[in-house]
Amino acid sequence: MKYMLIMRDSQEAIEASKDLDFNEIIAAMGAYNESLMKAGVLIGGEGLAGVEEGFVVDFDSTPPVVTDGPYAEAKELFNGFWMIEVSSKEEAAEWAKRCPLGPGSKLEVRRVNELEDFPQDNEWIQKEAGWREELEKKAAGSNG
Amino acid sequence: MTTDASGAVHVSGVEEPTTSTSRNPDADRARRALGAVWRIESARIIATLTRFVGDVGQAEDLAQEAMLEALRQWPSEGVPNNPGAWLTTVAKRRAIDGWRRRERLDERYAAMARDLEQQDGAASGQFWDPDTIDDDILRLIFVSCHPVLSREAQIALTLRIVGGLTTEEIARAFLVPVATVQQRIVRAKKTLAAANVPFAVPDPEQYAERLGSVLSVLYLIFNEGYLPAAGEEWTRPDVSAEALRLARMVAGLMPREPEAQSLVALMEFQASRFRARVAHDGTPVPLDQQDRSRWDRAQIERGRAALARADRLGRGRASYGLQAAIAECHAVAASTDETDWARIVVLYEALGRLAPSPVVELNRAVAVAMSTGPASALRIVDDLERSGRLAGYPGLPAVRAELLSRLGRSNEARGEFEAAARLTGNERERAALLAKAAALAPPVVE
Repeated sequence: MKYMLIMRDSQEAIEASKDLDFNEIIAAMGAYNESLMKAGVLIGGEGLAGVEEGFVVDFDSTPPVVTDGPYAEAKELFNGFWMIEVSSKEEAAEWAKRCPLGPGSKLEVRRVNELEDFPQDNEWIQKEAGWREELEKKAAGSNG
Repeated sequence: MTTDASGAVHVSGVEEPTTSTSRNPDADRARRALGAVWRIESARIIATLTRFVGDVGQAEDLAQEAMLEALRQWPSEGVPNNPGAWLTTVAKRRAIDGWRRRERLDERYAAMARDLEQQDGAASGQFWDPDTIDDDILRLIFVSCHPVLSREAQIALTLRIVGGLTTEEIARAFLVPVATVQQRIVRAKKTLAAANVPFAVPDPEQYAERLGSVLSVLYLIFNEGYLPAAGEEWTRPDVSAEALRLARMVAGLMPREPEAQSLVALMEFQASRFRARVAHDGTPVPLDQQDRSRWDRAQIERGRAALARADRLGRGRASYGLQAAIAECHAVAASTDETDWARIVVLYEALGRLAPSPVVELNRAVAVAMSTGPASALRIVDDLERSGRLAGYPGLPAVRAELLSRLGRSNEARGEFEAAARLTGNERERAALLAKAAALAPPVVE
C-alpha cells in the first residue's frame, strides 16, 4: 500500500529554520531520503518552493478569489511530500517518525487511494482513467 | 506470538487477524510496532550481528531472542526511541552473555563488548555506521543467495533475513506448509555454517555470477506473485511487491550495476499491469485484451526511469535490460496493434543470443506472429516442439493453439488448447484454456 508523507511546518518553525545551518538540514534530509531509497520503499516525492512563489485559490465566493503568497492567515504550510510503498500502516508510521524534522513541524501521513478504492462502473472513474492514459501518452511522447 | 521449532518468533502484522488479540491493546500495539520495525531493520540488525558472530544463522537466532525480549518489554515500557538500535544492542548482550557462560571470551567478543559500551550512550543518535552498514547488508544478501544453498533455501532465507518476513508470511506466499519453510530455513543456516561461507562480498572473478544469482532469486520471488505456478489465484501481488522492494534495495546498494537497475525496471513494468491482468470474476485477461487504462502509469514511469538509469551507466543491455526493454515496448503502446512488434522481435533475438532459452524462443515466436504473421511464427514453434526442449510446458501448446486458430486450423487448435489445459497447474488458466477450446468446437451436426 502507498502512503503520502506530507510535511507541514508552522510559520515559527520556518522562521526558526532560517537560523539553522542550511547544509546540515540538506545533509539530514539527504540521508533520510537515501535510507528510504535503500530500503526500497521510496517511490516519489518533491520539496515545494517558497510560499512567495505560490498562491491560493479560495472557493468561498464565486468566482473563486486568488490570493498571492505569502498568506498570513495560514498556520501551517505544506513544504513537501514523499510517496512510500510499504506493507502496513505501522511501517508507514515507523518511516515517518524517522524524518529529521523538529518542533513546529508535522508530517501528515495519508494512504493513497488506489483505483480499486472507487466503484469501477462509475462513468467518471472510467473517464479519469482515460484522461490519465492520454496525459501519460503525451508525456511519453514529449520525452521521446 | 509463538516460538517454532527453529526458535523463530512470529510477530504477526495487522493483516493477520487470526493470531492478533485485542484483549491487551498495549501488547497488540507493541507487537505491530515490532513487526514494522523488524521489516525495516531486520537486514541491518542481522548484518550487524553477523559481522560480529561470523555466522548468519547464529545472528538470526540472536535477533529472534531480542524480538522476544522486545515483546516482553515494549508493551509496558513503550517502544524505544531507536528500536533498531535497541534490538541490536539486546542481541549483542545476549551473545556476550552466552560467551561468558561458556568462558569463550576471545578478541572478537571483546571487540563486541567494547563496541557496546561505546554505543550505550548514543543509542538515540546515529546508530548505524553509514560506512559499513550498506556493505554489511550487501554481504548479507550475497550470503542468503549463496550457491551452496538450493534455490528454495535461497528464496526462503532472503525473504526471512533480508526482507524481514515471518515464516508464516513466506509459507503463505509460496503456498507451502509453515513447517516446510521452517525446515528450509533451519537447513539453510546449517548448510551455510557447515560450508563455512564467509560473510563477504564475492571476489571480482565470481562477482558477476553471484550477482546473477541474487537477481534471479529476486525475480523468482517476483514471478511467484506474477505467474503463480500453482493455486487458484491468478496473481498474488503482495509477493511481487516484496520482491520489488528487495530489488529496489539491491539497486540502491549497487547503483553502478546496470542489471540491478534493469531488474527493477522489468518488475515495475510487469507490476504496472497487475490490476488489468485479472477480470472481476478472477479470470486472467491476456495482454491484447487488457484495459490499458487500468495500467499503473506512475509505475510505468518509474520503470522507464530505472531503465534509463541502467542505460546511463553505458555498459549496454544484458538479460534483464533486454527483458525490461521488451516490457517497456508493451507499457508505452496504446494497444496491441500500435505495439512496436518489430522492435520486440529484435530484442528477443538479442536476448536469445545472450541467454539461449526455449521460453525466449517461444516469446519471439509470439512477437513474430504479431509483426509478420502466424505462418512464420508457427515454423519457430514447430521447431521448438520437435526439439522437445519445452516438453510439459503449457505455454508451448497454448501459443501453438493461438497460431493454428489464426491460420483457420480450428480442429488442431482445439486439441492444442486442451493439451495446454492438461499441463497447467493454475486453475484459472486451465478454465480460460478450456473456454478457448470450447469456442473452437465444431458446430453440432444434426
